[in-house]
Amino acid sequence: MATKLHIPHAPFRPGDKPDFSNIKLPKAGELRRPPTRIHANETRDLSFSMIRVLDGDHRAVGEWDPHLDAETLRQGLRHMLLNRVFDDRMYKMQRQGKISFYMRATGEEAVAVAQCMALRPGDMLFPSYRQQGLLIVRGIRLVDMMCQCLSNSRDNLQGRQLPVLYSFKDVNFFTLSGNLGTQFPQAVGWAMAAEYKGTSDVAVSWIGEGSSAEADFHYGLTFASVYRAPVVLNVVNNQWAISTYQNVAGGDQNPFAARAIGYGIPGLRVDGNDFLAVFAATSWAAERARQGAGPTLIELYTYRAAPHSTSDDPGRYRPLDEWQYWPLGDPIDRLKKHMIARGEWSEEQHAELEKELTDHVLASWKEAESYGTLNEGPWPPVSAMFEDVYKDVPPHLIKQKRELLE
Amino acid sequence: MTLGEAVREALAEEMRRDSRVFICGEDIAEAGTVFKVLTGLVDEFGKERVLDTPISEAGFTGIAVGAAMTGMRPVVDIMFGDFSTLVMDQMVNQAAKVRYMSGGKCKVPMVMRATLGASRRSAAQHSQSLHAWFAHIPGLKVVLPSTPYDAKGLMKTAIRDDNPVVFFEDKMMYKLKGPVPAEDYTIPFGVADIKRVGTDITIIATSSMVQVALDAAKMLEEFDISAEVIDPRTVWPLDEKTLIESAKKTSRVIVVDEGYERYGVTAEIASVIAEGAFFSLEAPVKRIGAMHVPIPFSPPLEDATIPTERQVFGAAKALCG
Ligand SMILES: Cc1ncc(C[n+]2csc(CCOP(=O)(O)OP(=O)(O)O)c2C)c(N)n1
Repeated sequence: MATKLHIPHAPFRPGDKPDFSNIKLPKAGELRRPPTRIHANETRDLSFSMIRVLDGDHRAVGEWDPHLDAETLRQGLRHMLLNRVFDDRMYKMQRQGKISFYMRATGEEAVAVAQCMALRPGDMLFPSYRQQGLLIVRGIRLVDMMCQCLSNSRDNLQGRQLPVLYSFKDVNFFTLSGNLGTQFPQAVGWAMAAEYKGTSDVAVSWIGEGSSAEADFHYGLTFASVYRAPVVLNVVNNQWAISTYQNVAGGDQNPFAARAIGYGIPGLRVDGNDFLAVFAATSWAAERARQGAGPTLIELYTYRAAPHSTSDDPGRYRPLDEWQYWPLGDPIDRLKKHMIARGEWSEEQHAELEKELTDHVLASWKEAESYGTLNEGPWPPVSAMFEDVYKDVPPHLIKQKRELLE
Repeated sequence: MTLGEAVREALAEEMRRDSRVFICGEDIAEAGTVFKVLTGLVDEFGKERVLDTPISEAGFTGIAVGAAMTGMRPVVDIMFGDFSTLVMDQMVNQAAKVRYMSGGKCKVPMVMRATLGASRRSAAQHSQSLHAWFAHIPGLKVVLPSTPYDAKGLMKTAIRDDNPVVFFEDKMMYKLKGPVPAEDYTIPFGVADIKRVGTDITIIATSSMVQVALDAAKMLEEFDISAEVIDPRTVWPLDEKTLIESAKKTSRVIVVDEGYERYGVTAEIASVIAEGAFFSLEAPVKRIGAMHVPIPFSPPLEDATIPTERQVFGAAKALCG
């Protein structure tokens, strides 16, 4: 069947040697940082090129440099490293059968961590499943996240939700959905309501580049544009959606950020592995939303270094060492080198921090398991299924509960 | 051969036989679906006929409807049946009605494959059994195979059908083994299969619940209760005759289906039995389905929500008691 249709292919498949030299990367510091009250059409350069702050010598350059103090940088590094150590531990626990499922954010930790640090605690987060870094920044204890993954007696969701599909309303982190994309229009609705109530809080949402094909992505942009809602909409372009490359979502035509312009929304395309660039772009968009100037779409250009989930086998569809060739490197490593270049950090301090965080994760795991394991319990009681929804439990559920407990 | 292999073989044979058949959906080419059911098909048929699509269930289902109207025979792959909520407009308002609304000028020979079933520790949004939604709609046929043999024969019938067919595979049954003949065969829609002959009670079961019913029947044997197990195989068209005849013979009926009972498949079948065999029944028809709650993740919680052989056994004993 020979057709004129274009069928996208991933650039490299198992056995190939990856070569990303075709990806055009602008020099760090090259792009201007315009005022936040700007029309979508004036963001062509920002949405087609790429905002980068860290240069080849690990210095922060250009108008987008957020000029963060050393303490903020140390915090950012710590959060990202904790995210990674935590993920690796949980991955190992899944391999040992101690949890049934897990999803790592390896290689894209700067997205959630830098973005959350650029926001205010009152800003509402509508993430996808790969932004556990948000919870780390907002101070959720690892033990609580682990208990959710273990579905044990201390699981804050009472055994109802898949591991990693967290819900922490206390820190303005919305309930994660297993169905892709739904968070995007919800964030816009939340933002509209915030405006209606007269608060200065903004809503922030994340969607994968793969999921940007879902209608909800387009609904979100349409409504954000029509009502100029105070919302920051993020596309995390980590190149892969399970086994399909970003070109299957249309990424080979124009950057995802550039889609914003068609909707009349400013678009920013950002080096997602550059902590400073991610921080700066997010601050810009959040400030814009808070001023009532309207929404922004940010594309975070990064790479999903880990398998999609513990159920995934990337050996079927990509070279296993592809990440090693990724031209934007590792966000943790890049921030570390920047801090060392600034004289604010050293390899010794880094090794020490890594050890401290590893110990912390181990101790947290031990504590989490003391509240119950997936295989041996104690689990949430079966009757928990009937709780948290009805004040007065309706008769059909009372009947079911009785039958069940008999 | 496993049920997953039977589905794959049916698809491969139909694709060889008919160049109009193609598959589209998420992660179906190199990945061969997340359940690995389509492994290898892309190697034989290429990426045009095993088409990895953008992540948009409504989008690729709409594309399939359009392609079907121009004479192709698309097979759409919905990774988790839970996502079929997203394709309802294309399936319910378009695929099901186009032939009727176009005065018979357009037909939509497409198959929508989707998974159903709990017990995979996948929680509320990846475990539902939503087949009743489709069976509710005039213009859609709904297939639920319970063995590899049935899966292959029914899939071939589905692909050769000139109208939209919704084909639900239980994701916990992909590894289920059973004999499948080498030669080409099809299984007509609307013909129930008596999986076990019995005289005291009829257990009508669908999909993975057929195995549950058979296991319960074995337990009942020890109590000298002879259970007949019937699998309708297609919930629409429904083989009412076979079901009613069995009900008349045994005079007691249990209907087991993994969907919710309320307004579900068990409700429909129970009413078919009530209307057709009322005066032969010794007891009201008993329905067993998923509990009326979102399906939890926690293994002990999830297990409590899904019908088990013990539950079917207990209900049968009570009915025969
Ligand atoms: C509506 C819906 N369709 C399909 C899926 C299955 N699925 C889960 S994650 C995923 C890939 C998403 O990729 P992307 O949006 O790029 O995010 P990433 O995993 O790369 O972070 C798919 C297809 C789903 N959960 N929900």
